[in-house]
Amino acid sequence: MADRLPPRRPVRRLRPGLSLEILSPDAVRAVHQAALEVMARTGVRFPSARALAILADAGCRVDFERQIACIPPDVAMKAISCAPRRFVLGARDPADNLELDGEHCYLSTDGCGIEVYELAGGERRRSTRDDVYRSALVADYLDAIAFYWGPTVSAQDTPAATRPLHELEAAFLGTSKHVQPETIISAPIARYCVEMALAEVGSLEELRRRPIFSVMQCALDPLGQDGGSLEAALVAAEHGIPTGFMPMPMSCATAPATLAGNLVVTTVDALAPLVLVQLAYPGAPVFFAAAPTVMDLRTGGYTGGSPEDYLLGGAFNQICRFYGLPLSMGAMATGAKLPDWQAALDNTLSTLMPVLTGTAMLTGAGMLNGSKIFSYQQLIMDAEIYSVVAKVAEGIRVDAETLATEVIHEVGVGGNYLSHPHTLRWLREIWRPTVVDRSPYDAWEKAGRRGAYEAATDLAAKILAEHRPREVDPGVRREWKRILAAAARELEGTP
Amino acid sequence: MDRGSLLEEMYRVVYEGEVHRAAAVAERALEAGLDPLECLDLGFMKALQQVGVEFGTGEKFLPELVAAAEAVQRALQVLEPRLAALRSRRQALGRVVLGTVEGDIHEIGKRIVGSLLGAAGFEVVDLGVDVPAGTFLERARELQADILGLSALLTTTMERQREVIARVRQAGLPVRVMVGGAPVTASWAEEIGADGYAEDATAAVELARRLVGVERCG
Ligand code: B12
Repeated sequence: MADRLPPRRPVRRLRPGLSLEILSPDAVRAVHQAALEVMARTGVRFPSARALAILADAGCRVDFERQIACIPPDVAMKAISCAPRRFVLGARDPADNLELDGEHCYLSTDGCGIEVYELAGGERRRSTRDDVYRSALVADYLDAIAFYWGPTVSAQDTPAATRPLHELEAAFLGTSKHVQPETIISAPIARYCVEMALAEVGSLEELRRRPIFSVMQCALDPLGQDGGSLEAALVAAEHGIPTGFMPMPMSCATAPATLAGNLVVTTVDALAPLVLVQLAYPGAPVFFAAAPTVMDLRTGGYTGGSPEDYLLGGAFNQICRFYGLPLSMGAMATGAKLPDWQAALDNTLSTLMPVLTGTAMLTGAGMLNGSKIFSYQQLIMDAEIYSVVAKVAEGIRVDAETLATEVIHEVGVGGNYLSHPHTLRWLREIWRPTVVDRSPYDAWEKAGRRGAYEAATDLAAKILAEHRPREVDPGVRREWKRILAAAARELEGTP
Repeated sequence: MDRGSLLEEMYRVVYEGEVHRAAAVAERALEAGLDPLECLDLGFMKALQQVGVEFGTGEKFLPELVAAAEAVQRALQVLEPRLAALRSRRQALGRVVLGTVEGDIHEIGKRIVGSLLGAAGFEVVDLGVDVPAGTFLERARELQADILGLSALLTTTMERQREVIARVRQAGLPVRVMVGGAPVTASWAEEIGADGYAEDATAAVELARRLVGVERCG
């Protein structure tokens, strides 16, 4: 490994050339029809007076006591057709802006872990605010990580009532890339987050153009939403902040045992809240999200990697493309406890399938034990997995230049291409490892049998020591401080 | 139907997890004049325990165990009024009041713990999710619970476990408190003064057994 940390590279914008179809067009329509039928007949729970009123106004049949709205198909489809087909996830550094255009795919970190493996020594301990900052710093450096989701871990040393704000601040300080928290689950917290972003970008118009954060909510499968999350999403939508809702239906527990049935629940729980957002703020940027899975039959646990997950991940993408909206797919999040064979197996396949089916966002890298333990090594190795998948997904370009018949003729029978200008022109297209070990056996032995894990440890240490993110203006930091104090007064009841 | 085939039927609805038929079978048994305790011990509970054993050996899976436990619950609703008078004779290992703490709606893990405890012979009262501390206290007192089980899946709601325990101690309730959930650890349990912590449902059963086995110290 080189002594000096190589300079930070621009965010990797993957544009897959390969594509894979898991469902036939008829099957996609069948899932869509089933989802519409469930929304209209069974309905969806929206435990928010504001949400129910909006839905009732739009012509949904609402049972206010049970907080369930039945959404007629025409209301759903008309609302969803207002959603923009492309929009931008802004960043503190506009060079890190991400265009969600139906063609590109971006990877983020995983989110909301509760423990951290210490980089040196590997001790497992409770996560803190500093871990949010440090994980953001590493994410900022890695070109494979296009945005910061989560926060990767919870800042458990900050007050629970204002924790999402402390986490957002730490994330902004650690990276100039886009930040997408999944912790903005009440309207007041959403308002303070908007204020913080506003302090950084300067004006409400600029925030609409360059929303430096977006909002990911969890759905309450099956067929339910969380009241606070809905109201937070409405606050976000009002300000042009992109929002999505992530169902995680677990077949056998919160979804039917059959995968098609799981897809119906996933579709309803991702779609219904977006219908609400469009009814309230037509044209607000929204995205689909999902992390469908199956229950472990022995423990009831979240598997975080199984063949069914890979199928579901791919199939749901096709459904989202049918609606024409970007999808954020939960990937990686292995159930393995250590960055081992299982982690690589899970994370490779759970990344490959959504990438080949056209996911816009992938969340995310860096976590073990079912999104519970953050590991720097895993983050770096996941970034490497993604870079392999990305290379595969690019496919093969075939044209006169790449067929290279002239060059083949020139080199002739039995020659070599080593120093040919064509080689020099194209060699940088060939994938190169960052941490994958390809050293000769003896060299490997002499170096102390170091593999990808050790290389990742070194790289993380170097990033933490040497990389500094784009600074936040001191005036903005003071403003954040003021906002945090105001939030503490309102939400924690501190004087 | 004679007593033997009725008992067999009771065994079957639970063993096969036929939740919707359990109440009807219990009613039929009472109409035929069977002793409600016998219905439990030789019919419904016997089957649930068998499902628990087969779950342990890997022949049955979790959904089957949960279905069996639910079938017993349905049967109990029918048998309960008749059982009340005989309560003292019922051979449960102990009564567990279980719930997910306030602000937290994760329910799967807690339900699994409840099912396994039920299969192991505990009487389980599940208070559901998002349960305020006061409700835990009231129900534990009213039901004279042996064990109070608190589930929390969020780092932000773990604190509620501490609150419930403090209030239990303050009220001097003679109940043992066990805690669990994804972010909960043994050291957290110790810090908040819980009587026990278990990482998964199987360990929760062992823990509950231990808790009812030891002498209470109020
Ligand atoms: C499924 C799930 C959900 C579902 C829950 C569905 C349901 N009906 O229960 C939904 C989508 C609703 C959900 C919502 C949220 N979730 Co959630 N969820 C999960 C997930 C993926 C699996 C949980 C689960 O069911 N596991 C399976 C069961 C069998 O395991 P278990 O619950 O741990 O239970 C076992 C043991 O813990 C133990 N046990 C459990 N309870 C008890 C009690 C006692 C007494 C004992 C002895 C033992 C015991 O035994 C059980 C059986 O073996 C976890 C990730 C994970 N790996 O745990 C996140 C996770 C818990 N959720 C998380 C978050 C952040 C949320 C949300 C805040 C997200 C959001 N932005 O809206 C909301 C919170 C809503 C709320 N107010 O509670 C985080 C928590 C992180 C943190 N820092 O606190 C996690 C860790 C995921 C992550 N990394 O982001 N979630």
